[in-house]
Amino acid sequence: MTATNTAPAQNGGSEVPFIAAFLAVGSILALFVAARTTDALMSAHAMMFLIAFIAGGFALVHHLSSGKTLTQDVYEMGVVKAGVFASVFWGIAGFLVGVVIAAQLAFPNLLYFEDFGWTNFGRLRPLHTSAVIFAFGGNVLIATSFYVVQRTCRARLFGGLAPWVVFWGYNLFIVIAATGYLMGVTQSKEYAEPEWYADIWLTIVWVVYLVVFLGTLLKRKEPHIYVANWFYLAFIVTIAMLHIVNNLSMPVSLLSTKSYSLFSGVQDALTQWWYGHNAVGFFLTAGFLGIMYYFIPKRAERPVYSYRLSIIHFWALIFLYIWAGPHHLHYTALPEWAQTLGMTFSIMLWMPSWGGMINGLMTLSGAWDKLRTDPVIRMLIVSVAFYGMSTFEGPLMSVRAVNSLSHYTDWTIGHVHSGALGWVGYVSFGALYCLVPWLWKRKQLYSNALVEWHFWISTLGILLYITAMWVSGIMQGLMWRAYNSLGFLEYSFVETVDAMNPYYIIRMTGGLLFLIGSFIMAYNLWRTAKGDVRAREFAASPALAPAE
Amino acid sequence: MYVTLSKFAQTGGLVLFVIAFALVLIYALSPRNKANFDHAKRIPLDEGDE
Repeated sequence: MTATNTAPAQNGGSEVPFIAAFLAVGSILALFVAARTTDALMSAHAMMFLIAFIAGGFALVHHLSSGKTLTQDVYEMGVVKAGVFASVFWGIAGFLVGVVIAAQLAFPNLLYFEDFGWTNFGRLRPLHTSAVIFAFGGNVLIATSFYVVQRTCRARLFGGLAPWVVFWGYNLFIVIAATGYLMGVTQSKEYAEPEWYADIWLTIVWVVYLVVFLGTLLKRKEPHIYVANWFYLAFIVTIAMLHIVNNLSMPVSLLSTKSYSLFSGVQDALTQWWYGHNAVGFFLTAGFLGIMYYFIPKRAERPVYSYRLSIIHFWALIFLYIWAGPHHLHYTALPEWAQTLGMTFSIMLWMPSWGGMINGLMTLSGAWDKLRTDPVIRMLIVSVAFYGMSTFEGPLMSVRAVNSLSHYTDWTIGHVHSGALGWVGYVSFGALYCLVPWLWKRKQLYSNALVEWHFWISTLGILLYITAMWVSGIMQGLMWRAYNSLGFLEYSFVETVDAMNPYYIIRMTGGLLFLIGSFIMAYNLWRTAKGDVRAREFAASPALAPAE
Repeated sequence: MYVTLSKFAQTGGLVLFVIAFALVLIYALSPRNKANFDHAKRIPLDEGDE
């Protein structure tokens, strides 16, 4: 930008003393816990915190003493670039662990090591779910939200170094959570497995995230807050609320990893699924809808189909999603009216979900040819199609009668993955393919052909995955409820497990294809960031002429 | 306590939500806001390259 937009040299602002004090207090606390605890796992984690805080101190001193005259660019894009790196890294790690646990299900003896407890399916499964949802998805959301809020507010990120605190703090949380799962530290709440100290750390980081985001909104130069920011803000605020309430617990002692939840029995179950389903609704949906509302219009170079619909979409989604959790607890001790409430709100979610899907898809209205010519647009649009499909399937599965067949079977796993791989995965890949050329100021991607390969290989993978799980899940559900003429169960449990084996192999193959696709993406993005353009495509791309 | 809360949730809560959603619809669909929204939907496209 021009010189008028560069402020005088500034290495740090008023946030620096806070960060320094925080790192100092954190180091002392971590050192104290590491020295005093008798819990080996706590000692390991306290050491990790200590190393991270000391490294943070060195980084801060290095930054302040570097003496570089930092020009206050219009936008802070360094932290977004770091987020892109972290997203790709954690994405590949999470998909890889997914393939490993799929292989463990298909071939139980292949990856069973008696002496290595951390290779057990039970340890690796939360590693996979947290790596893909929170490590991959979370880094994508933080990076894109920092990008989108700056561009649409025409304002630099608020808080000086605070965005970097969010980035490193969040990734420290990921490392603590992941190493905890492998060592056996867990509070056994699905998608909320990390123990109390990791939860407190995430709360602190999340509050800084909220302050950075709100601060940027407050100093915006554009009077209207673009709709993508509404979705991001709803994601940040709601996740804070869910995380704090669901993790209310009492540690055994300051020096122990173990804690006990404030809730017990059915109240615990309801709180957990209020949290769990809104992790889907506000983390995996609202946040990624923010991506949809910015990146699809931007990439297609067309405004969103209907801005009015986007407002109604937003409020309807926010109002309805928060009530849908009890559909996870059909036929349990939860009062039946509460189950029915959850089911009813889930069905009502068809309206905002499909309204939003139509809004995303129709943004391409009049430019449908881009689906053929631009594989990145195709990836984004197919992600919205998967969003429509899985949000149609979800309410259907929340109906009590359908749930009696689908619950506890692989159908649920298939449903989750059509949303996770198809919707969340593809909209994230699409955003990354857009972001890397924009951030590193490249005219185009290294190779569009490699995007095509990524798209088709991983689409085949998703289809193999979800079709295998549909068949396996419905078969499993039907076998469980089959009676013979004398009124006895037709099948023993192990017979149902045996019957699923071929589908597990298909599922593993599908996951492997999805993983291969992500390697292709990583290579392509790396070459793009370096500034390379594939020789053949350099000549070919400008020559493409519109069809007569 | 339970009875009072669930009574309110089932009656007052319903009325409150219907009113809130009606206000959203009025805001979103009112012709007066058209110019504002026409500007808003161009925000990602009009940012220019620095």
